[in-house]
Amino acid sequence: MLKRLFIAAAAVALSAGAAYAQPYSDGKVKIGVLTDLSGFYSDLSGKGSVEAAKMAVEDFGGKVNGIPIEVVAADHQNKPDIASAIARKWYDAEGVDAIVGLVNSGAGLAVRQVSREKGKIDINSGAGSTALTNAQCSRTGFHWAYDVYALAVGTGNAVVKEGGDTWYFLTADYAFGHDLEKQTAKVVIADGGKVLGEVAHPQNSSDFSSYLLQAQASKAKIIGLANAGGDTINAIKQAKEFGITQGGQKLAGLLVFISDVHALGLDTAQGMLLTTSYYWNRDEASRAFAKRFAARMGGRMPTMVQAGVYSSVLHYLKAVKAAKTDEGIKVADEMRAMPVHDFFAENGTVRPDGLMVHDMYLAEVKSPAESKGPWDYYKILRTIPGDQAFMPLADSTCPLVKK
Amino acid sequence: MTALPAAARHRQARIPVSRQMLLVLILLAAALAAPFAVYPVFLMKGLCYGLFATAFDLLLGFAGLLSFGHAAFFGFAAYVTANAARQWGWPPELAIPCGVAAAAALGAAFGWLAIRRQGIYFAMITLALAQMMYFVAVEAPFTHGEDGIQGVPRGLLFGLFDLSNSRTMYYFVLAVFVLGLAFLHRVVHSPFGQVLKAIRDNEPRAVSLGYRVERYKLVAFVLSAGMAGLAGSVKALVFQLASLGDVHWHASGEVVLMTLLGGVGTLFGPTVGAFVVVTIQDVFAEAGSWVTIIQGAIFVICVLAFRRGIVGMAAPWLARRGIEA
Repeated sequence: MLKRLFIAAAAVALSAGAAYAQPYSDGKVKIGVLTDLSGFYSDLSGKGSVEAAKMAVEDFGGKVNGIPIEVVAADHQNKPDIASAIARKWYDAEGVDAIVGLVNSGAGLAVRQVSREKGKIDINSGAGSTALTNAQCSRTGFHWAYDVYALAVGTGNAVVKEGGDTWYFLTADYAFGHDLEKQTAKVVIADGGKVLGEVAHPQNSSDFSSYLLQAQASKAKIIGLANAGGDTINAIKQAKEFGITQGGQKLAGLLVFISDVHALGLDTAQGMLLTTSYYWNRDEASRAFAKRFAARMGGRMPTMVQAGVYSSVLHYLKAVKAAKTDEGIKVADEMRAMPVHDFFAENGTVRPDGLMVHDMYLAEVKSPAESKGPWDYYKILRTIPGDQAFMPLADSTCPLVKK
Repeated sequence: MTALPAAARHRQARIPVSRQMLLVLILLAAALAAPFAVYPVFLMKGLCYGLFATAFDLLLGFAGLLSFGHAAFFGFAAYVTANAARQWGWPPELAIPCGVAAAAALGAAFGWLAIRRQGIYFAMITLALAQMMYFVAVEAPFTHGEDGIQGVPRGLLFGLFDLSNSRTMYYFVLAVFVLGLAFLHRVVHSPFGQVLKAIRDNEPRAVSLGYRVERYKLVAFVLSAGMAGLAGSVKALVFQLASLGDVHWHASGEVVLMTLLGGVGTLFGPTVGAFVVVTIQDVFAEAGSWVTIIQGAIFVICVLAFRRGIVGMAAPWLARRGIEA
């Protein structure tokens, strides 16, 4: 009897040990795409981000070291509490190993907290907040496509150099908008420009008339739009209706996606300067990805957020392959060790604070006459090298950066 | 709220305690075992919203006041508790009462204004005040705008229980929930509760009997606000987050939905309704905006087919067996 008990105990101990040593949780690698699938960021992220993640998995072969890869998706509705609840459930109960996508800074930061606590990977390709790689950085957290700093440097510098040295800001009244305004104002002042004033408007506004009239009265050469998505679109449309752009004042969209330009039409958007980390019609590799993407998305070209999701998932899977496990910290270390080389980032590196540094592009929206076909919207004016585009590592307040 | 629900009428009858106790014990045992079968955070979400809906029901079901701004108390308490726990490093046993006190104080201010009007005007005043609270939450620096207060530590309860463990946290939330429900039960069955019901059913008559109706309404409003605050405070610790979603008018609307779905004027109804709504949100999370459409459809069906809500429908059947729902 005692002997039988002993054997049973040994068997239990052995099987428990085996389960513990298993390098892949649940016997698969599970990637969760958590993004806005229904709200006002769904055009620039949404279903396209989910599709981009699936494409990356397919291109990788559907398996890593013989282990199947699965993609799941959910809608965070741009609410931090929903985002954090889904992330928690995914990590705790559904065996998700990494969360990607994450448009919207509030939702992104909420997921960052949960991921850090659980030691799981989160790769943000949609939010702009620099907090993700500063105060809120994490050993398993990454910031992939762009941040507010890079946008401010790209557009701010270029516009001031072209003589746009007096600015008035139209700012979305929430943390992201104020952050974008502050960063851009810093760049403008450093380049010798002047900020004449700013006006804050509520998020998701439909009527910009009073704000635009204030901007017009300021006589600033440049009206900086420190907002995003539908707000940017509405502001640009109404600026045209008020004759502001025809009156000689120029608009500088600080965060403009190609989906926004598509919604505006070239007639309205032409001549606008913007900074982007990806443009589909830039070179052979970016075109090849865009064509495949468009074939699956009803002809829509990928935004920098969607292209970023593809790039981040591919890099994650490479890291899992190298680490031979899906355990968060080990994969994160591999991700930092490996260079990023794909159509999205030709010479990207992942810094200790989790920021993926890559080249950004300054683009100008074409006039209807210049455009040769559907979605042919940008002229790339210049490439901003990664080390100039992003905040220097020495300035990062991330505790992981050794000084 | 003119017609007295059948459930409330049955409550007047004398009922044997034993079967009631048995049901409560069975429910309690199920609640204690639940985290071993179901994901604890989901259960905690249900309990928090259950408590919130119960608080709301104190006002709607027993005082006949339809508030459309209860998210203000829920969300404000969440912010205060989150701030106390994160910025000031307070333990949960202090941070939560702090949130409750803040919500009750806010309730006193809102209630003092709102109870002067009835019906739709009362609802509109509470909605307007709640929207002002929402504006404060967007603008005030300590709430961090749309990012919310993130990374709130759950902390050590009484310096003994580590709430960062989901199961420990669950039992804490369950204890708070049971106390909240017991409190409501006590209030409703007290002489104070009887007067409230009298006011609900016939206010001029209550006035003619010499009751100072305004005072009763105000106390009910403050109690309800405080309890909603308790739910919000606990939720802030469960999700380690206080955000704009908690003060948004959607939350005020959802709590109405939960209460009506579960059964107005019943003890367990709001909680049942809360679990139904939370389950829908959980199951259809991938469907995105369809969640609201599904919720709307269920609401319409509920109003058309069973107006007294799930528990309200079951109440007569239970009452015949000596159980108060």
